[in-house]
Amino acid sequence: MPRINDVGGQDGFGPVLEELDEPPFHADWEAHVLAMNRALIGRGLYNLDEFRDAVERTMSHQSSYYENWFRAIQTLLKEKGHV
Amino acid sequence: MSDDHDDSPIAARVRELEAVLEEKGLLDATELDRALEAFAHKASPANGFRVVARAWVDDGFKARLLANANEALPEVGLSMGGGLQVQQLHVVENTEEVHNVIVCTLCSCYPLSLLGPSPTWYKSPAYRSKVVSEPREVLRQFGLELPAATEIRVWDANAESRYMVLPRRPANTEKLTEEELAGRVTRNGLIGTAAV
Repeated sequence: MPRINDVGGQDGFGPVLEELDEPPFHADWEAHVLAMNRALIGRGLYNLDEFRDAVERTMSHQSSYYENWFRAIQTLLKEKGHV
Repeated sequence: MSDDHDDSPIAARVRELEAVLEEKGLLDATELDRALEAFAHKASPANGFRVVARAWVDDGFKARLLANANEALPEVGLSMGGGLQVQQLHVVENTEEVHNVIVCTLCSCYPLSLLGPSPTWYKSPAYRSKVVSEPREVLRQFGLELPAATEIRVWDANAESRYMVLPRRPANTEKLTEEELAGRVTRNGLIGTAAV
């Protein structure tokens, strides 16, 4: 069964909205989430494939991109007993 | 970390997790700075612009780039090895007959080092779902109207592969220097949602 991230060819997500002069991050916490993820993968607490898998199984289309990342990081850290 | 604070603003929850990880010795502030720096300073669309301009002025480089981009990139001082893992880059060339556009239908795979941080729309379900089924309509939303006879090829990236579009060189640019040509390229041109 495809996971909810597998959206290719699906209908119902509305038009593509382009934000002009978009900054790399819309808030500081987004940059912190990205940096935290890189650092934790760098330390070997989990690997990139585990992170991708965690994003796919915990994501919500109602959450923003980095909210989904943060949820995945929290999930992995809990599952592996780090927090 | 407990779930007690799930209703607090996400910024506070991120700070809280950072603090917990630092206290446990699983993270330190220097590491975060280093990770951000690697992301912000090494990843820029100016890199992609430079690759395109070189391909426009040097047919030999262009041929090597299209054949094996990872091997050709060091000629312009770049590589695909700067991220968490090395990915194979495929450069796809726009011609009179074919227009290319890139996507990652599963998530957000993107040649970050050459294109810079990806825009939110590239990561949105709206773009990822629709560009594979109705590419012409999506390109129209970006203001790119292609002739009916032009074939549109959509390239779906994955964990091991990244794609970058080589746009067509604009007309009347014979006298421009390589640097000036690089200035004509846009980030969306490298994705394929703009002509150049």
